[in-house]
Amino acid sequence: MEAIAARPDPAAAREPPPAAPGPAAWVRRNLFSSVPSALATLLVGAALVRVLPAAVRWLFTGAVWAPDYEACRRLEYHAACWGFVAEKHRLVLFGRYPFAEQWRPLVATLLVVAALAASAHPRSWRRWLAPAWAVVLAAFFLLVRGGALGLTYVDPGLWGGLPLTVLLTLVGVSASIPIGIVLALGRRSRLPVARGAASLYIEMVRGVPLITVLFVASFVFPLLLPQGLRLDPLARIALAITLFQAAYMAEVVRGGLQALPKGQLEAAASLGLSWWQAQRRVVLPQALVLVIPSFVNSLLSTFMDTSLVTVVSMYDLTGALRLALGDPQWRNFFIEGYLFVGAVYFACCLAMSRYSHWLEKRLGRWARRPEASAA
Amino acid sequence: MKAPLLSWSTRSGRARLYQAALLAAIALAAALLWRNTRQNLTARQIRTGFGFLGQPAGFDIGEGLVRYGPTDTYLLAFAAGIANTLRVAVAGIVLATVLGTLVGLGRLSRNALVRWLCTGYVELLRNVPLIIQLFAWYLVATEILPEASSPIALAPHVYLSKGGLQFPHPVWARGWAWALAAVPPGLAAAWVLARWARARRERTGRGPRLAWPAALLAVAFPVAGWLAGGAPHALELPEVTRFNVSGGVSLTPEFLALLVGLCTFTAAFIAEIVRSGVLAVPHGQTEAAAALGLTPRQATRLVLLPQALRVIVPPLTSQFLNLTKNSSLAVAIGYPDLVSIANTAINQNGQALECIVVIMSVYLAINLVTALGMGWYNRRVALVEG
Repeated sequence: MEAIAARPDPAAAREPPPAAPGPAAWVRRNLFSSVPSALATLLVGAALVRVLPAAVRWLFTGAVWAPDYEACRRLEYHAACWGFVAEKHRLVLFGRYPFAEQWRPLVATLLVVAALAASAHPRSWRRWLAPAWAVVLAAFFLLVRGGALGLTYVDPGLWGGLPLTVLLTLVGVSASIPIGIVLALGRRSRLPVARGAASLYIEMVRGVPLITVLFVASFVFPLLLPQGLRLDPLARIALAITLFQAAYMAEVVRGGLQALPKGQLEAAASLGLSWWQAQRRVVLPQALVLVIPSFVNSLLSTFMDTSLVTVVSMYDLTGALRLALGDPQWRNFFIEGYLFVGAVYFACCLAMSRYSHWLEKRLGRWARRPEASAA
Repeated sequence: MKAPLLSWSTRSGRARLYQAALLAAIALAAALLWRNTRQNLTARQIRTGFGFLGQPAGFDIGEGLVRYGPTDTYLLAFAAGIANTLRVAVAGIVLATVLGTLVGLGRLSRNALVRWLCTGYVELLRNVPLIIQLFAWYLVATEILPEASSPIALAPHVYLSKGGLQFPHPVWARGWAWALAAVPPGLAAAWVLARWARARRERTGRGPRLAWPAALLAVAFPVAGWLAGGAPHALELPEVTRFNVSGGVSLTPEFLALLVGLCTFTAAFIAEIVRSGVLAVPHGQTEAAAALGLTPRQATRLVLLPQALRVIVPPLTSQFLNLTKNSSLAVAIGYPDLVSIANTAINQNGQALECIVVIMSVYLAINLVTALGMGWYNRRVALVEG
C-alpha cells in the first residue's frame, strides 16, 4: 500500500472498490453468481456428497492396513486392502535388490533427495555445486553397486524400484545437459554443416517416441559395438534416455540462447573475445540461468519418462509394481498397488512442478519457459 | 588475389576447416558403426535388407481396419499397424480436444467448485506417468468390468463389458455408398457458395454471409444421395448371448483402455493450453469490441477467438503429435499399433534394424506432414496480422 500511496500521480493512488467481505459474499460470488453457476454448484456438490464419503470409506476408514491376506479377501473389494502395500512395499520400492542390503539404495536415494533439497535455493548455486553433485552421484553408485569399502557387490541387473528410477533420471538429465548445450550451439551456428547435423539429430529424436529409442537401445546398440565388447542393459538404457533427453535439452538451451539480447554477443566481440570465449564467458552463463526453471521441468519429464523402461524389462518403480502384482495371491489388489505407486510419482512430480513455478517467479518474467515449437 | 580455400588466417577459411573436420568425424563414426554392425550381423547370422517385407509374417492381428491373417506379408502387417496407430490417434485427438477445452474453460469458470474440480483433474493427470494410467485403465477394462455374458447397457444396444464396447452400426447398403459419394460434391458446392457470398460482400459491402445455407448444402448432398439410394436404415444390433455380446461394432478392451488413457492424459495438457490462450487475449480487446458495437457473439467470433487461436494452435499441434507418439505405449497393453507389431516382428525374425527404420520413418513422416500443415497455418495467421 505504501508504494502506491507514495506515487505522485493521484489517479494511481485510488484503491479498487473493496470486494464485499465475509464468507457469505464469497459464496454468492463464487458459487451462486448466476443461474447456470448455481446449477453447476448443486450438480457438482451433489456428486461430491455422494462420492466423497464412499471414497473416504473405501480408502481409509474401511480399509485393511495390515498385511493380512484373509482380512483383505473378506473385504470383497468393498474397501481398500493396503495390506498389499504393507506386504509388498519393499519389493515395489527396491525391486529385486537383495533384501538384506536394501538399506543401501535407501540411503543412496535419501542422499540424492537431500542434495536436491540443498541445491534447490538459488543461494546455493555456486561453483562448488557441480563437483558436489559429482560426489553425490559417485556415492550413489558406490552404495548401490558395492564391491568396495566392505559392501558386497550387487549386479546392476538386480537394481530396481525407486532407486533405479532416481538413477536413470539423474544420469539422463545430468549427462544430457552438456550434450544439449553442444547441440543447441550447433543449431545456432553460422556453419551450415554444424547447423544441419545438430538440427537433423534434434528433429529426428524429437519426432519419434521414447519407446523406439529404448528399442534401439536394446536391439541396435549391441550391434553397433565392436565384437567382444558388451554394454550391460542398464548402461544401454541410461545411454538411450540420455541421448533422447539431449534433443529436448537442446531446445531448452536454444530457448535461453534466443532470449538473450544480441547486443551481448556483439559487446563480447567488440571486446575482442573469440567466438568460443564469448560463448563460454558471456552467452552461456546468462542463457543457462534463464532456463533453469525449464531444466527442472526436464527433470520432471525425465522422471516420468523413465517409467517406460518397464517395457524393455527393467524393474523401475513401475516395473517393480508389476513384479509385485505377479504374485497370484495378491494380484487382485492391483488398484491399491497402482494408487500407491501413482501417489509416489504424484508427490515427486507435484513437488518438482511447484518448485519450478516458484523458481520462475523468483527469477523474473524473462526466465519464462520458451514455447515448444510445433514440429 | 583470391584467399585460399582452407586457411586458419581468414574467417571463411576457418569455417570451412571446422566443417570439414566435423564432416570427417561424423563420416568416420558412421563408417566405424557400420563396420561393427556388418560384422555383428554376419556373426549372428541375421539376414539384412527389406526383403522380409514380402514374406508371410505368421502371426495374427486381432483388430483393426485392415483385416490380417497369419499368411499375409510383413508389409501388410505394418500397414495394419499404421492403420491402428492412426485410428487410435485420430479418435484420441478429437476426444482429447473436446475434453481438454471443457476442462480448460472450467478452470476459468466463475464457479469455484467447477474451478477446483478442473484444477484437480489437470494436476492429477499431468503428474502421474502415462504408462501407469494406461496399465490402470487396462486392468479396469479387463478385471473390473462385468463378464461379457452380463454386460452393462450404457444405452439401448450399447454394451460395455470385459469383451469391450459394442454398439450398433448401419448395415452397408447402396444408399450409404451414394451418400458417401455425395460428400465431396456437397463440400465443393458449399465452398463455392460461401466464396461467392464473401466476394460479393467484399465488393459491394452488403448481402448475407450465407454461412448457414452453405453448411446446409454440405449436409443436403449426402442426404439426397442417401434418399436416392433407397434410404436404407437397417441397423446391425449387438445381441447379448449366453457367453458374450455378438454383432454390431466391437471395440476391444485394449483399444478402449489406450483411447481413454491417451485422451484423459492429453486433455490435461490441452486444458492448460486453452486456459493460457484465453488468458493471453487482453481484456481491453473485449471492451474495444463492445465499444465498436459488436454483439458478444460477434466479439467472440471476430475478435477473441482469432487471437486466442493464434496462441493456442501451435502448442496444440505439438500435443497432437505427443498423443500420436504416446500411442506407441500400446505395446505395454497389447494393442496392435505400429510399434507393437514391429516389436513382434523383431522377436520373430531378428531384423531389428529394418523394423526400427520402418517405425521411425512412419513417425517422422507424420511429423513432417504436421510441420508442413503448421507452416501453412502460421503463414495464414501471419497474413491476418500484417
